[in-house]
Amino acid sequence: MPKIFTLFMISILLLYSCSEDRDDNLTLQTDAKTTFSFTHYWDDTQITSSDFNTIQYTNANGETLSIETLRYLISDVTFTKENGEKIVIEGYNLVNLKTDTNLTYSPLDNIPLGTYTNVSFTFGFDAEDNIDGAYLDLNSESWAVPNTPMLGSVGGYHYMQLEGKFTNSTTPETGYAYHVIRAADGNTNPPTIEETFIEVDLGPITIERDINFEIKMNIAEWFKNTFQWDLTVWNTMLMPNFQAQLKMNQNGQNVFSLGAVTQ
Amino acid sequence: MMKPCPVRHAINRENAFTDDSATSDGIDGIFGNRNAMPLFNLAWNYDERFAWDGKELSLERQALEPVQNPIEMHSDWDDVVAKLATHPEYPKLFRLAFKTTTITKELTTKALAQFERTLISANSKFDKFSLGETTLTPQEQNGLAVFLDESRGDCFHCHGNPNNPLWTDNLFHNNGLDANFSDLGLGRVTGDPNDNGKFKSPSLRNLAFTAPYMHDGRFETLDAVIDFYSEGLQNSPTIDPLMKKVEDGGVQLSNQDKADLKAFLLSLSDPSFLTNPDFQN
Ligand code: HEC
Repeated sequence: MPKIFTLFMISILLLYSCSEDRDDNLTLQTDAKTTFSFTHYWDDTQITSSDFNTIQYTNANGETLSIETLRYLISDVTFTKENGEKIVIEGYNLVNLKTDTNLTYSPLDNIPLGTYTNVSFTFGFDAEDNIDGAYLDLNSESWAVPNTPMLGSVGGYHYMQLEGKFTNSTTPETGYAYHVIRAADGNTNPPTIEETFIEVDLGPITIERDINFEIKMNIAEWFKNTFQWDLTVWNTMLMPNFQAQLKMNQNGQNVFSLGAVTQ
Repeated sequence: MMKPCPVRHAINRENAFTDDSATSDGIDGIFGNRNAMPLFNLAWNYDERFAWDGKELSLERQALEPVQNPIEMHSDWDDVVAKLATHPEYPKLFRLAFKTTTITKELTTKALAQFERTLISANSKFDKFSLGETTLTPQEQNGLAVFLDESRGDCFHCHGNPNNPLWTDNLFHNNGLDANFSDLGLGRVTGDPNDNGKFKSPSLRNLAFTAPYMHDGRFETLDAVIDFYSEGLQNSPTIDPLMKKVEDGGVQLSNQDKADLKAFLLSLSDPSFLTNPDFQN
């Protein structure tokens, strides 16, 4: 008898919970959790941390190179409604491919279901957010830009650190540190500051339920389009190099694209 | 009084809680193969890997190991726990801390880890400068500029900046000490040849008291360290991409920049740290 009773109770519970679930899906979901997954490519070849440390990629200028470090920051994911209104998710995500950290980013705020004319994010920090010393977790990540006259006395944070070794027929293996920051020339008076964060548009989307966006970075783009980067000339000490920072910004325009969208 | 603390680094407070020999000697005077790493501000070590080669995973685990490592202490935990249990004071202290008089090795290491986390040093001249309580000399200011300048010192990428006053990135790098490694460092722990010759960037606080320098204590003075970064770099497959002009041995700092860099580094030392009575036994 007790056994039958238990069985009965379990069935009731199961039935009850099943019907609850169904109701949830049908009538209650008005907003969706969004997730962004970051994947990395050299043109068509996917790169993961297990591909690091080996000289195997050829850039547009003909140097072969390895990747030892790739970290970059994205912020202010934005959904633009059909009426032009923007939902901005304040916050940032520091992707670290070397340690496979933060390769997915799920903002805490849900987004109302519906049609959006654009999904976008900022590569780096915009001027409003790039505040010297403002983010404690980033401060301890060796991510800060020194607040020195040489760099325009504005401080702030790196946008990207791409590092490794390169070589060509005449250059032995040499380190490079492609560090992207806000362009600043401290040699002019007053210093010349140019905001070099990048607004990345992913295009329109209709959100029907929880959704995952794949964000692809084509690392080869940093070296080819539209400026053919010569690593033998520009390999390190690029932070105070105002011209190099402008070229990084130019090449960064087509680095990101939207991959698979699943919902 | 019995030394309660199997982490012998914490015993010698004149040397910022490391010892002053090139490699730390264990209780019987047998030399281990590493210079002891300074112990301070460890609570901010976010990724939980300690020790020069990243072998220790948390403060608790680090406190456990010296007892089991025969070079550092000829003893095992049963011994240590038994000694603590029969000690006139420790059971009382354990009851205060953990609400039990039963001393175990887990609780002992917890107590040690808590002690290590209180070794906070924040009273250097530079700390006071950051608080607006004092000014830097022109020499120290230029030294800081060299430290933060990617084309001169470029020390900040690995050793922090005024917004990261731990003065370390807590990451592993090969800073170009050797062309061939007698100690594989992180590589010995991970087994990955890409990690060979990588050691954790140490904090630059309290350098005035922590000579000799580097994991093997090869440099007696800060001048020798600065000369090394300026013109003594050795190439190897895992050398950090941030080490520049390796083919020339480094960026060749001017004598003025070297002297100023040293003055700045010394401003990160905190004399009060050595005399805080809370850290004596
Ligand atoms: C690529 C990262 C990197 C850069 C750049 C760098 N260091 Fe280091 N530094 C390290 C590492 C890693 C160690 C520990 C190496 C070892 O013990 O084998 C170290 C050790 C030291 C030590 C010894 C500290 C001790 O307690 O033994 C001093 C002093 C030091 N660095 C100062 C500097 C200065 C000054 C600069 C700039 C000129 C600089 N470092 C640039 C990574 C770096």
